[in-house]
Amino acid sequence: MATTVKPGIKPDQLQFKEGTLNANVPDGPIQQKWEKHLFDMKLVNPANKRKFTVIVVGSGLAGGSASATMGELGYNVECFCYQDSPRRAHSVAAQGGINAAKNYQNDGDSVFRLFYDTVKGGDYRSREANVYRLAQVSNNIIDQCAAQGVPFAREYGGMLDNRSFGGAQVSRTFYARGQTGQQLLLGAYQALSRQIAAGKVRMHTRYEMLDLVVINGRARGIITRDMVTGKIERHLADAVVLATGGYGNVFYLSTNAKGCNVTASWRAYKRGAFFANPCYTQIHPTCIPPSGEHQSKLTLMSESLRNDGRIWVPKKKDETRRARDIPESERNYYLEVKYPSFGNLVPRDVASRNAKTVVDEGYGVGEQKNGVYLDFSEAIGRLGKQVVKDRYGNLFDMYTSITGEDPYEVPMRIYPAVHYTMGGLWVDYNLQSTIPGLFVVGEANFSDHGANRLGASALMQGLADGYFVLPYTIGNYLAQAQLDKVDTTHAAFNEAEEEVNNKINRLLSINGKSTVDTLHRELGRVLWDYCGMARNEAGLKKALEMIPQIRQEFWENVNVPGSANDLNQALEKAGRVADFLELGELLCLDALNRSESCGGHFREESQTDEGEALRDDENFSYVAAWQYAGDEATPILNKEPLTFEYVKLTQRSYK
Amino acid sequence: MNLTLKIWRQKNGNDSGQFVTYPISDVSADSSFLEMLDLLNEGLMDKGEEPVAFDHDCREGICGMCSMMINGVAHGQDREPVKQITACQLHMRHFKDGETITIEPWRATAFPVLRDLIVDRTPFDHIIQAGGFISVGTGSPPDANSLPISKPVADYSMDAAACIGCGACVAACPNASAMLFTSAKVAHLNSLPQGQPERYQRVVNMVSVMDHEMFGSCTNIGECAAVCPKEISLDFIADMNRDLMMATFKGITPTVSLNGKK
Repeated sequence: MATTVKPGIKPDQLQFKEGTLNANVPDGPIQQKWEKHLFDMKLVNPANKRKFTVIVVGSGLAGGSASATMGELGYNVECFCYQDSPRRAHSVAAQGGINAAKNYQNDGDSVFRLFYDTVKGGDYRSREANVYRLAQVSNNIIDQCAAQGVPFAREYGGMLDNRSFGGAQVSRTFYARGQTGQQLLLGAYQALSRQIAAGKVRMHTRYEMLDLVVINGRARGIITRDMVTGKIERHLADAVVLATGGYGNVFYLSTNAKGCNVTASWRAYKRGAFFANPCYTQIHPTCIPPSGEHQSKLTLMSESLRNDGRIWVPKKKDETRRARDIPESERNYYLEVKYPSFGNLVPRDVASRNAKTVVDEGYGVGEQKNGVYLDFSEAIGRLGKQVVKDRYGNLFDMYTSITGEDPYEVPMRIYPAVHYTMGGLWVDYNLQSTIPGLFVVGEANFSDHGANRLGASALMQGLADGYFVLPYTIGNYLAQAQLDKVDTTHAAFNEAEEEVNNKINRLLSINGKSTVDTLHRELGRVLWDYCGMARNEAGLKKALEMIPQIRQEFWENVNVPGSANDLNQALEKAGRVADFLELGELLCLDALNRSESCGGHFREESQTDEGEALRDDENFSYVAAWQYAGDEATPILNKEPLTFEYVKLTQRSYK
Repeated sequence: MNLTLKIWRQKNGNDSGQFVTYPISDVSADSSFLEMLDLLNEGLMDKGEEPVAFDHDCREGICGMCSMMINGVAHGQDREPVKQITACQLHMRHFKDGETITIEPWRATAFPVLRDLIVDRTPFDHIIQAGGFISVGTGSPPDANSLPISKPVADYSMDAAACIGCGACVAACPNASAMLFTSAKVAHLNSLPQGQPERYQRVVNMVSVMDHEMFGSCTNIGECAAVCPKEISLDFIADMNRDLMMATFKGITPTVSLNGKK
């Protein structure tokens, strides 16, 4: 596997394949598929489980819960994370909550309704059977977490409290203050810690996976780097699970943690796992805009702010007056004007796109002219400062600490930011990728959210995969796999380790003039401008020309100081950005190929007269799964057709 | 703004380390403290020097990864009206132009320096592994609402569970005690009905590993709570001591193996 430098992708030479993907969805009515499958799957005898070793890369909600559960079942689990403790995986940062179809509020919720809302919210681009199973196990998740001691919010009677969230008409979201993600992760981390103490899970912290080892067509191990000593190690297993999260950091600025990366998924892609729907990225409308070139990441402010805040921009371009000095008549409350019935509460993608439109037209506010106002003065007048403080006090504090401005006195400035990636490695109903023995869970796979994820569904999916799906389906694989007896001296390990070492040595020997961050920022700007909230053919083609140039600049002129045998953060970062520089191109290719709009993917050529996303079900009702074909060849597009038996396809409207 | 930074540089655990002084200019007052360090590192790399290594990840105050003493205070001192926060949430507008800022790693025997500002906090994981969990396997637990928990109890548990495990409490304590961290986890679980069956064994096991990991003793100074970015209260230490005393009366001894630990 040589490292890509030359332009690889030629959009006019796309090859399509159909009928290559088998999603292995069980037969029967959707309500019975999972139960039937659970019975039909082969089991591993309890005494035999200890003969199997499973590698899990990532320790967030999906990886942590999967490792703990498989440890409990008796498998030997080797779990890896790049942080200093599994408790810090980026699931920790989720604020809002987790959905479940408990119907505790007696408001008519059901498994079918959660399933229906999720498929519709995903703009009909997800696989029905997977989503139904997700809704089915959602209730078990809440029970499991409560038993672990997750301190969910309670009502005075002692029962669990719920709140409502976007895209649903029922109240089904469970939460733990503003840190549901951390509390659920601590639940999984506690279960994981118990298995570590029991000797069933071996935890490797400050480790990074740098390649996947495939032997005779099956995933059999990984190559890692010990991030403290720099030592490259080989790890053999009977199956490999990737739980390595999303790739939002390809945009440089996102709400992801700084360390989030695509390397594990990308290495798997290059070893034969198909990458599905990379263009499905979610952009969250209420983040704090960048304050300058130094900005390293973006911070999300809960969407709930839009319940009481009014969004506006000045009517005059290049307005220099302070917000308070602009009279009502010179303000444009553009969402209220354009969408009289939903107003400031339109869905995420609609709110985001409209903010982009007004900023692009030159109406942006703030020193950088890169935001819109979110104004609470009307709410403070109507409700009083105290009520606003009770509702949003912690968010206002956070805003003040970051911007130095007081939102009780001056309007907040907000702007959309990359937040979640619905695309990921292609998996079948068993969460197995196109490489037998390689399973992918959580945000790293593509399966459940279609083209747009609803709020409070990411936590649900991570835990569903890790606690209640993978531990069964991996047993079915192991029971039948008949794996060859090999060890880490196998040629495939030699080859993979050599490639890893070559890449590291090459990065360290370029000694150029550009820093990794500079080039990463450039990549991010290209993607944000041409493959962000709105995309069009000309822009995407331009991006496909620009990205290879940045990649060439990277491989010829990057500067990575230090040595391979040390704790070397510059080297870690360089390796990750090298992979982002390749993924970025695939992202644009996928966006170019999908000339319809759907969910978070908005193609300007495909919109209704009212400017809303217009799907093309006839031509694009499929999963686009990209197959690596060599560094200098255009990837092959494999299509998994999507059929909808239970949910009727409709066009969204929020007027 | 222009600043002078005095930063602890240490190549690895065997190196003795020393302060190195770096001037830095054109720092935006709107940048965060870590973005200021990013700027420094970009400049160092342009000159062919190795960047300052520091732990960071989410940069929104929840992952607990960032960890540095800033002018002698764990996570640095934010100014009013904002409360204590993590280093990643500290912004440069709180510093004066021309100021000298001293930046050091967490200092504690239990947290050895790995490089520059990065320390090894795995002893915290060992304390949790000793009993910071409820022994329930994945399977079919009872319906979540079959066990009502009164709101004050749930809120109290949540207050304790808010700990992000950053280690500022240990770094701030003159004794390098881990009592605030350990007691927060004990209080989170021991206050809940689900946590009752293992209540006393949990506290005995966690405290025995805490002592074994070379953390110091608590002498009620309160520096820990003063720097805690999640406002974990000293009350949890009192509660843990009460549970520990009850466990002693009950004759409960540690069941956790200390072999293989430091």
